[in-house]
Parts: sequence; C-alpha cells; structure tokens
Amino acid sequence: MAGRVERDRAALNRLPRWAVPALAALPAVGLALFFAYPVGTLLARVLHPGSVSDVLHAPGLTRVLWFTVWQAVVSTVLTLVVGFAPAYVLARYRFIGRRAVLAVVTVPFMLPTVVVGAAFVALLPDNWHGTARAVVVAHVFFNIAVVVRLLGSMWAVVPEGITAAARTLGASPWQLLRHVVLPLLRPGLWASATVVFLFTFTSFGTVRLLGGPANTTLEVEIARRATQLGDVDGAAVLSVLQLLILAAVVWWSSRFQRRTAVQLPGAPSLRRPRSREQRRLVGTVVAATTIVMATPLVVMVSRSFRLGDRWSLAAWRTLGRTEVRPGVSLGVDPLASLFVSLRFAALAALLSVVIGGLAALAIGSARRHGRLLDVGLMLPLGTSAVTIGLGILIAFDTAPIDWRAQWWLIPVGHALVATPFVVRALVPVLRAIPAEQRSAAAVLGASPWRAWWAVDVRRISAPLAGAVGLAAAISLGEFGATTFLTRSGRETLPIAIARLLSRAGETPRAQGFALATMLLAATALIIVTAESRVFGEGGVLDARGA
Amino acid sequence: MGRPSLLLASLAVVSTMLAACGGSAPATTATDGPVTITLVAYDSFPTKDTALNTALATFTAQTDITVNIVTAGDAGTMVTKAELTAGNPEGDVMWGVDNTLLSAATDGKIFTDAPTMVDFGDVCVNYDIAWFQQHELTPPVTLDDLIKPEYKDLLVVENPAASSPGLAFLLATIAASGEGGWQTYWESLTANGVEVAESWDSAYYERFSGSAGSTGDKPLVVSYGSSPPAEVVFADPPRTDAPTGVAAGTCFRQIEYAGVLRGTKHPEAARRLVQFLTTPAFQQELPLTLFVYPANKAVALPAVFQQFAVVPTDPYTLEPADIAAHREQWQDEWNEIVLR
Repeated sequence: MAGRVERDRAALNRLPRWAVPALAALPAVGLALFFAYPVGTLLARVLHPGSVSDVLHAPGLTRVLWFTVWQAVVSTVLTLVVGFAPAYVLARYRFIGRRAVLAVVTVPFMLPTVVVGAAFVALLPDNWHGTARAVVVAHVFFNIAVVVRLLGSMWAVVPEGITAAARTLGASPWQLLRHVVLPLLRPGLWASATVVFLFTFTSFGTVRLLGGPANTTLEVEIARRATQLGDVDGAAVLSVLQLLILAAVVWWSSRFQRRTAVQLPGAPSLRRPRSREQRRLVGTVVAATTIVMATPLVVMVSRSFRLGDRWSLAAWRTLGRTEVRPGVSLGVDPLASLFVSLRFAALAALLSVVIGGLAALAIGSARRHGRLLDVGLMLPLGTSAVTIGLGILIAFDTAPIDWRAQWWLIPVGHALVATPFVVRALVPVLRAIPAEQRSAAAVLGASPWRAWWAVDVRRISAPLAGAVGLAAAISLGEFGATTFLTRSGRETLPIAIARLLSRAGETPRAQGFALATMLLAATALIIVTAESRVFGEGGVLDARGA
Repeated sequence: MGRPSLLLASLAVVSTMLAACGGSAPATTATDGPVTITLVAYDSFPTKDTALNTALATFTAQTDITVNIVTAGDAGTMVTKAELTAGNPEGDVMWGVDNTLLSAATDGKIFTDAPTMVDFGDVCVNYDIAWFQQHELTPPVTLDDLIKPEYKDLLVVENPAASSPGLAFLLATIAASGEGGWQTYWESLTANGVEVAESWDSAYYERFSGSAGSTGDKPLVVSYGSSPPAEVVFADPPRTDAPTGVAAGTCFRQIEYAGVLRGTKHPEAARRLVQFLTTPAFQQELPLTLFVYPANKAVALPAVFQQFAVVPTDPYTLEPADIAAHREQWQDEWNEIVLR
C-alpha cells in the first residue's frame, strides 16, 4: 500500500527537487546549531574508551537499565489503554465543557513535576511511597494528555461513514474496533506510543519524587553522575547509551508510522451524543476522566490557601511583592516571574511553530528521507537534559559565540522540547491527505506550488494554530532543561516555584503553591484559547476550514 | 538522491562554520574605571530584591565595580560546570562551593587561590516538639539514640545519592562510626524502621509531622540546624515559639567557600568582591536570606537565630579529600545496605 502511495505522489504535480531541502534548511540548521553541535562538542571532549568500559561494567547499571526499560514499556501500554476512551470521546463528541475537560487532561503534562508531584505524593497510600507502581501510575497520569492529543487528532478525521457502513453490514462493536477503527488509528497509536515511551524512558522528576532509591532510571543516574559525583565522562557514556536506544526506537516506530499511514478524505467534525448509549458513554468517560485528572490539581490549588493548619489568603496577598514577611525577602518576585515566563513562552512558541511547521511540510513532501529530519527533531527529547545543558556551556564558550548565560538560550531550549510536538501533531495530518486531492488540483490547472499551498499548507493551518498553544504551554511549564542552563536575571515561574518550595516555613510554601496555581491557570487559559477563540471552534481537533 | 545529501551538507556546513568560529579568541584587556564582573552562584542565591543584593549595591557604589549575578544550578551542578569551564570560566567569582564538593574545586583547576570561607551551616535531625510532648517521650539527641527501640519507625532521611542533606547525614554517620563501622550503624537504623525519601522537600513536607501544615506522620527528619528559625520567621501571623527542635548530636557541618575563578579577565576587581563578601556589611544579611551562619565571627546573629537555631559545639565533619575519594563507593554501599 505504501508503494502505491509513493507512485501516486510521484505521478502528478511533484514539487521541484529543491523544495524539500529548502523547507528543511531552517529546521536542520537550528537542530545542528543548538543540539548536534553542543552535544557533539561535549562528547568529543569527555568520551574515552576507558570511561566507556568503566561505566558499562559499573555495578548496578543492569538494574538501572532493566528498571528504565520495563517501567517505560508498562507505562506506555497502560497510558494507551487508559487514554483510549478519553481520546475517543474528546475527539468525536461535542458537549458542554469539552474544552475545559481537554485543558484538565492536558495541564498535568505541561506543569513541572515538582509542582503536581507534591500533590500526587499526598494522595498516594502510605505503602506506595518509593515503589515502582507509584512511578507507573504517575506516568500514566502525566502522559494521558499525549494520547488524547495525538491519537485524538487522528481519530477526529476517521470518517463517520466508514464506521456507519461497517455497522450496517452487521459488524459487532468489537469487530468494528478490531477490523475498522484500530487499523485506521494505527499511525496515531504509534505516534502517541513513541512520545509516551520517550517521556517515561527519560523520566526524571517523577522517578526522583516517587521511585525511591531502588527504582532509578538512566536519566536520574546520568544526572547523579554529572551533578553529584562530578563524573561527566561517565554521564556522557550513559547519555550516549540512552540516545542510541531511543534513536533506534524512534527510527523503528517512524517506519511503522509511515507504513501504516492511511489516507482519510475527512473533514473532521464533532457531533452531539445522540442515542442514550452515546450519552451514557460520554457522561461516564468525561466524569471519570475529570475526577481522576483534577483531584491532584485541586489538592495543589487548595494548598495555596493553607497556612499551617488554617485557611488563609496570605500567600495570595503577598504575590505582588518580593518580601515574604516585612523585612524578609528570598528574592523571588512572583508576578515578575510570571511575565518572564510569558515572554519566553511567546518566543518559544514562535520558534517551534516556524521550525516545526517547516519541518512537517518537508517531511510530508519528502519521500523516504523525511525520516532523517523527523527522527532528528525527536532526538532532543531522548537526550538527557544535563548533557544538553553542559554541551551548550562548553560549545558556546568563546567570542563571538560566547552565549553562556544569555537569556535567549532558555526559550531556545524550550523550543527544542516543543518542536517535536508540533511536528508530531502535523505530520499525521499531512500524511492523511489523499493523493487525489493534489492530483485534482493539478487537473484543475494549479501549478505544483499552488496545489501544495491549497492542499498541504491549508490543511495544517488549523492544527498549526493549536500547536502554537501547545508549544507555549510546554514552554511555560518547562523545568528540566532550564535548570541545567546557567541563567541571569529573573527566574522563570517553575524555577521560582521550586525555590519557594525548597524552603522551610509555611509562608514560602503557600506562596509556592499560589504561584503554581497561577502557572496552572495560565497554562489552562492558553490551551483553551488556542483551542477556540483565536483559531476557530474546536481548534486542533476541528480542521473544518481545511 | 540529491535530497539527503543536501540536507546532510547543510548540517555539515553549519558545523564547520561553528567550528571555525570557535577557534578565534578575541583579545581582551582589563580596563580601569567602572567594570562589571559576574558572580556565579547556586540556584537559591537571590539575584535581586534582598538585603544581600542591597549590600552588593553599596559595594558597587564604593568601588565602581558592578556585580552581575548568574545562577548555575544546584551546588553540585555549579561545581561540575566550573570544572568543565576551568580556565575559561562563566564568571569571575564563584559563591557557594561547600566542603562536600570542595576537593574537586581546590586542586588548582577552578580557583586562582585557595577559596575563602564565607558561611557555614549544619545538617541535623529535627524533631516535632508537639509530637514528643504528646507521647511523653524525650526527643533523641545523638546518632546512637536514633537506633534505640523507643524511636522505632519515627525517622525519615533523604537518599544520599539524590539529595545534599541526605549525603551530609550519611557523612555524619561515617564520621561518627568510622569507615569500617558505619555500615553496621545503618543496618541498625534500617532495622529500626528508617524511611528514605528522595528529596528534602518530600521528606520535610510530605513525611515529617513537624513542619507547618504537614500531613506526614514521622516526628523525626533530616533537615537543617536553621530550619526551626525558618519556621518562626516564615510563620504568619508571627509566632514566638518554634514547632521543631534540633538533635544537636546528629549534625554534620557544611562550610561554604567563595573564590576568584581562574581565567577571570578582572582578577583585581574579583579579589575585591571576594574580600567584600566576608565583611560584616554583607555577612550580617546571610542568616535571614540564605539561612546560613556568617563565617565572620564579628557579626552578631539575629535574635530569632540566637533563640531557635542550634549551633552544635562539636559537629561531625570529614576531610573534603576523603569525601571526594569515597563518595561514590559510600553511596553504592549505602544502597546495598538500605535496599538489602
């Protein structure tokens, strides 16, 4: 089937040969400059044959590797299973509060683990502390958003007619799912499984917070070596090991995503649940999802109103100033941090949408070699944050590119993290465009560029708008990469929160949670806005304009 | 087939360009008159808006030397970065290398001269005063008390591989029981039901019962000697008593240093800043901003510290070189004992 698609594309209305390299140039340069060059510089400096064998024979490495792999596999499978129903309901049905539910599901993924994690710990039964199952459950909670988004965007374009036809022909719900829906969804399933696997394999905050000493991932071990033991050589070896494993997984999965790509003519549309069954399904799924996802957030918000054992607004009243108590300041200016974060988010969103949009169009128009860029842009997600941070430190250390502690490195770092999401959200949509649409444009006399503009570019304009919000929200909550960059001036919101929460005393603690509540509100607002007002009702999942 | 090669070519061109850029170092000269120097510090060092920053502003007014503060991560990350950039540092002065990391910093690579002691603090077991009153039990004082049956299942500590107070507490037990004896001590502590948390915040706020508003049920936690005054200072409305106390015989002394980074372009200005960091004008602001004690003995402590902080007379300590040589091995051994 894939072969036929290639021929169809080749047959009519091909863009000139230089089109793909031209589209790919900016993403490739950005990736080379801010990822390949720093990481390469670090590895060239510290990798020695001696350290490689030392680290690979270190006691305990097998245990770390084993835990990293199995928890990632189990977390990924469970996240897909648990996220399946909410992804379906949110992608197919229109109901009151749909966007709010979408925001509630997405927010935990965007917020830094330090923030939601504390509330999550408080909700766990006592005997779950420091267990592998606590890690897995938290991973499912944090990553459901990925499934709802990526699988959902695929599900939204599965035409109603196909499923209706199957039902008319007597297919049972199970047969419908097994033989019709799942095959159509396969690219979305692969895409979300890949991203969830990447995130859980490289999990740092969640594992640090919930895993206990027995359950350590490769990422945690890399950070321990680099920052606690001063063993950058060893950290680099493990970082390469992690990168190789994940590059292999991403490469393999992108092959499957291409192979299973299906062409769907559909303009997606949301419909109201009509039958009683549908209403019951939507009601149950929405209620269950909201309760599970919102509880830790409610706990978190409520803590901003707690001072010791009492309810109090004190933390909120002091948000406008830097003094925690008259005459006592920790140097955290809550509102200023919010503005710093918003500015960075705007910049990171702009960068990642331009880069990600160009990359997606290049990947969509390229034949076989689009994968190189596709996988390349995913690599920063699989690279340990400490490796990138230290790489940037030594790669950009000499004038005229002595860029250490430049403020703009932080939004650039955020864009590295957000771009793969933009690409992931767009590529499946592009791949689902039927070849006939381009051919039809050619038959009607459009030039290749005109046809490309009318079909490809317009098709992604609506999801691209949603991606702006996604990227901005990712930037707002980004913590890991930011902590390893050297920073000057005001801290970002997540860093300010972490500073407040790492102090003894009830006021800084309550202020930390008040700031976290502001971060939550800002993130939710961006998600809801990106989904609706600015970009048309339904946003990412509603590409009717295309 | 032209496409991949073009893509690869563009990657190659950029890397080559950058490599070429990296080769040319500019000529720099130290200037007289107003200079700006950079102070590299750990994350919890305030960059603005505190009494410490006000003190630095008076330094600028007196000397025409402007101090730009950058934060490089936690103390461990900061030292790792300083080692990687030794000779071409990120700034001119570094604040906050402590004795658990000092060995790496003093082998002549990072600093021009031996760094100067600027502050100190203790990592100690804290106890929940109300809990011990309710249970009519005397709070523990020494490390040996912690393995007694009356304190079974009461203590939460941090993982020494992941948390700096956790490491300091492990070092206290090693200093107390010796390099051959601490393993037995930890076996007893494990048998006595010690709980391990991964970070200071989850130990102190989620597991410890004594911190304000905590849901935890463990009345003993590894924290700082200055945590009780912090509980008082940051209570609202202000309180006159501390909810927590310090077991004075369990403390490990952490000493922080500042020094001029090797490779600075402004060695003279940097030296003057380090000197200023030890003067009373700066030192007196340390307790209430960083919750550490001033190294300068001439500086009086704020009342709340005199009243509620415990400065042990004879805290445990270890040689930095000893710590550097064994840290990884100790952490691995600790893992084996506690996880069995």
